Parts: sequence; C-alpha cells; structure tokens
Amino acid sequence: MMGLDRDRLVELVQVVVRNPLRAFLSALGVGWGLFMIIITVGAARGLENGVKADMGSDVSNSMFAWTMSTSMPYKGYQRGRYVEMDIDDVHWIQANTQHLDLVCPEVQLGGYRGTNNVTRGKQSGAFDVHGAIAEYPQVKPMNITEGRFLNEGDLAGERKVCVIGSRVKDILFEMGEEPLGETVQIQGVIFRVVGVYTPKGNDEDAQNEAESIYIPFSTFAKAFNTRGRVGWLSMLIKDGVDAEEAEEATKQLIKARLSIHPDDPRAIGAWSMAEEFQKAELLFSGMRLISLLFGSLALLAGVIGITNIMLISIKERTKELGIRRSLGATPVRILQQIIGETLFLTLLAGLCGLVLGVGLLEAVDGYLESGGDAGVFRHPEIDFGTILTVLCILLGMSIFAGVLPAMRALAIKPVEALRSEG
Amino acid sequence: MLALREIEKSYPLAGGSLPVLKGIDLNIAQGEMVAIMGSSGSGKSTLLNVLGLLDGFDSGGYDLDGVDMAGLSEKQAARYRSQFLGFVFQSFNLISFKTALENVALPLFYQKVPRRERQKRAMEMLGKMGMDDRSDHLPSELSGGQKQRVAIARALITSPRVILADEPTGALDSTTSTEVMQVLREVNASGITVIIVTHEADIAEQCDRTIRLHDGVIIEDGKSGEVVEPTARGARSQD
Repeated sequence: MMGLDRDRLVELVQVVVRNPLRAFLSALGVGWGLFMIIITVGAARGLENGVKADMGSDVSNSMFAWTMSTSMPYKGYQRGRYVEMDIDDVHWIQANTQHLDLVCPEVQLGGYRGTNNVTRGKQSGAFDVHGAIAEYPQVKPMNITEGRFLNEGDLAGERKVCVIGSRVKDILFEMGEEPLGETVQIQGVIFRVVGVYTPKGNDEDAQNEAESIYIPFSTFAKAFNTRGRVGWLSMLIKDGVDAEEAEEATKQLIKARLSIHPDDPRAIGAWSMAEEFQKAELLFSGMRLISLLFGSLALLAGVIGITNIMLISIKERTKELGIRRSLGATPVRILQQIIGETLFLTLLAGLCGLVLGVGLLEAVDGYLESGGDAGVFRHPEIDFGTILTVLCILLGMSIFAGVLPAMRALAIKPVEALRSEG
Repeated sequence: MLALREIEKSYPLAGGSLPVLKGIDLNIAQGEMVAIMGSSGSGKSTLLNVLGLLDGFDSGGYDLDGVDMAGLSEKQAARYRSQFLGFVFQSFNLISFKTALENVALPLFYQKVPRRERQKRAMEMLGKMGMDDRSDHLPSELSGGQKQRVAIARALITSPRVILADEPTGALDSTTSTEVMQVLREVNASGITVIIVTHEADIAEQCDRTIRLHDGVIIEDGKSGEVVEPTARGARSQD
C-alpha cells in the first residue's frame, strides 16, 4: 500500500522541513519516550548483570544439604538424635538418586573458630581446610592460577597434597615465591601444594573462599581421624529437573538412608542456588516489565503529542488538502499521506531516541569497562529482541497516532477546503 | 460533453436551507469556450463546483461525457476529476512549499505516472506556458501572472477535456488578465472545453458563449457580446 517512491519521501521531508521547530518539538516527546525505554531497560539489565556477576561463583543448578538433630522419634530412635552422614551414605545416595548429577561429600576443619591451624616455617594462618573430591570445582567453580586441582589419583592414593586459595598463598609465601611443590603443615600434618586458585565472583563469600585450602576427602578422613564423616553435600541437579522437587526428593532419600522420620522438618537442611536464581530472575523480569511499561507510557504521551500536532497541521492545511483533492487525490491517497507523515515523524523521532539511548548505554558501558566503578552495576545493554519489541510498539502507536488526523483530513470536502482561507 | 438537467442545490442553514441552484438546465459541447457570469450570490461558483465534481447536488442529473455523475463516491469523483477536468482558481491555489515544477507534476503523481515521465511532461507544459526558466521557483517567488500560468500548466498536465476556471483573472491587473485570457483561448483552440466563471464583462466578451446566472437560475444564455450587462437592462446587481 505504501509504495515508497522518491516523491513520497520528498513530500514527507517537505512537510517536516516546512515547520522544523514544530516538527522538532512534537518529535521530542516520542524521542524522549523511546530514550527513556532504552535507558531504563538497559539500566535494569545492568543491575541484573551486576548481581548475576556476583552470583557467578555459584553454579545455578547447585544444591547443598547437611544433617542436624532430629525433631521426631522414628524406628526406635528418640528425638533429638544428632545424625551424621558418612562416605558410604554418600555413595548410596549417588547410586539411588534420580534427580542429581553429582554428589560431592565435603568436610571442614578450622574456620570460624579462628585458631591458627596452618603453618609454613615462621608463617601461620587460620584457614578453612576442606576435604573434597576431584569433581568439586563443577559445583563451586574456581580459577586455577597455578598447578591443578585435586584429582582421582590424589583421592585413591590418599595423598597428602593440597590446593590453596590465593590469600593463603599471599600469607604463607613470600612475594614471588613459587608455592608449587612446597609444603605446608595443617594441624601438624605436612601437605604438598599442587595448585593455587582464585575464587570466582567478588562478594564476601568469595573473599572467604580465597582463604581456604582443599585436600583430598580420603586423606582428610585419615589424617584428622574423621572416619569418613561428611560435613555436608554439594550437589548438582540434573538438567531440566525442578530445583524444589530435587531438594525434597534428596532430603527424603537422606532421611530414608539415615532412619529419620519422613515428616521431620529439622533433621536435614538444604539450600539450592536454583531457587535463589529463580527468585532473582523473577525480580529482574519484573523490573524489565516495569521499565518497558513506564517507558511505553512515556512514549504514549509523546505519541499523543504527535496526534495533537497533526490535528493542528490538518486544520492549517485544509486548503492544501483541498487543492490536492481537486487535482485528483483519492481519499486513500490522502489517508496514506497523513498516516505516512505521522509515521515518518514518529519513526524519525523514535530512531533518534533509540540511537541516543543506545549511545548513552554504550558510553556508560565503555566507562565501566575502562575501570569506572558503579557498585553492583555492570555492562548495561539492551538486546536486539527488546529493541524490535520497542520498535513494534512504536510502529503500532504511530499508526494509531495517524488515524485520528487522517480521519479529520478525510472529513474535509474538497469544496470546503478550497473555500477556506490560507 | 457536459449536460445538466434540472440541477437543484441548497445549503443547510440554521432553521431551514438556502437554495443556491434552482433548476439549472445546461448543455456545453466539446470545444466550447463558455463564460458563466453573475453577481456574488448568484450561484455561479456553486455551479462550477458542481460541474467540477467538487460538490454534490440535491436533485437533477449531470452527465459528463455521457456518464451519469449522480451519487458518485469520493473515490470515483476523484478519478473523473483527474481524468476529465482541470481547475484554475482565482487565488491560484498553488501549494506554497512546492516548486513550480512540483506543482505542475502533482496531478500526474496522483495518476501514478512514473517520476521521470512526470518531470518530463511537467517541464514541457511549463515550456508551453513560457515558464520553463521558472521551474524551480516557489510560488512566493513568482508574480501573479506567472502563478496563474503555472496553475494553468497544472490544470493542463493531465490532458483534460474540460478546464474549469473560477475567476482566473480576479487577482490580476488588466495587462496580465489579457495575457492569461490569451493563454486560455489558446488552450480552447486546441480543442479543450473552457468554462470560466467571472463577473467581469470584458472577460466574458473574450469567450464564445456567455451564460448569465441570477439567484440560482439561468436568465440568459447566448453568444458573448449579445448578452448584455444586467445593469443596462435594469436588473439589480449586487456587486
């Protein structure tokens, strides 16, 4: 319907150029509206990216479980029994679960008690010492900066080796000293350093993580006489399995294995990243929706401004429209012209707003990339899909904006139009 | 070419209606040059609007080139206008923000003629009017006579069968008026019917036939020069 040849374009440009100030002012509203959409959606995304980057140290499908004391009597056991898991229970759970990909036993020494438990020569420090297995980094990603993480051989051979966090290295070793192959004493037991890591993310959790040491679970059990006792489980939920369902099923599995009443609410604790992620995701999609909604309302105000200006313009151009009619313009051509002008004005304004908005986001992004600090705010962006959505909204609104003026233009009879002064 | 039968038209007013045309019977053949005279309020402009399909009528019949024009839709009226009719107005009615060339080419735009051909034909037509050196001027940069030449060029661009001119010389001085009438005579000589609404007797005299309208009826219809001034016959003039 809108074969856009050169003359039609010239017509459109003439109309805008004829009254540039008015065109600019009426376009301002729409441009501003679109600008606001881009900025708010981009800012919401920036916040989302920032928060997600902080959550980056955790794998989205990870889950953790631990044992506490029972609150209900079961199978002859009294309530208040402190239940413990051992490594056999872990193997059994791994063999019987339908919801989990990976079950990592973990056990810890030191920690908040804060006594200096690790020494090297004259240096000493209070660090968290974890017994873990080789697959552990799948649940808790880390950057291995030197050497390697624990492997199957370490576990099978119950080797006295350790992987230390970057802060541990800083405290126990001199600047520039090579820690690989060196030894540290953990509660009097000598371990050889095979790797150094830095945690992912930069939250408080990650700070803590940098002051940790990992040794093979099997070695831990023997060296510190924990007889296979498991502190807690770190697990990965299978792809496509609902986190809540996996959590409940896993709790039941542990309860069955450890003779705990199935309805006991206290004996097993669990926490899953996926649930946290889901909550955050809900929050962010809500934010996206709200910024889109309010931006669209700002846009609507702009579009109404355009309708208004077009109505005035039609009134002023009554005579011109009459001349066009007398020269053979059909109502459809007039309709096309008015809607075309509205579309042209709106889209031009919208594109300006779009370009400015995206430009500003890019500028802020560039500033942040080059080391600017903005707290929990990272890489503000707007994806192409959102831009397309916004453009569709804009297109719909501008057609809507053109309908009323076009109807007004059509209601003018050629003879009345010619009679009109001006 | 044009045939009106018992055309009646009235404008609605508060508390009634004002009859403007009270039964017009009129036949105009192809190639005639006709002046429609009358004082203000005589209905001559309304008659021209009806002839030009710019306005409808209440009752009667209008055949244009043998086709009944009663009850046309806006779209059909636009098509007939663009096919058969060309308009020249007192106030020129050029579009102010378009150049002479663009103004002349506009009717072809609405006939969906390709751009290149539009430009070529518009330039030729301006040339015939002696205006080819002013093609890129805006109307505000042209004199009254030049504007009217552009307007006539625009009316002729679609090769119409009839030119309808509403007081074409009304805004022009006498020298320019003569020039414009000369142009219209030349147009008529090429076989196009020319109908001029005027209240000036000397303009009507330059036509072949004069129709005098008074209070919505034709009171005289004859060869120009034989139809005399109403004042000379004692009729009331409202000029």
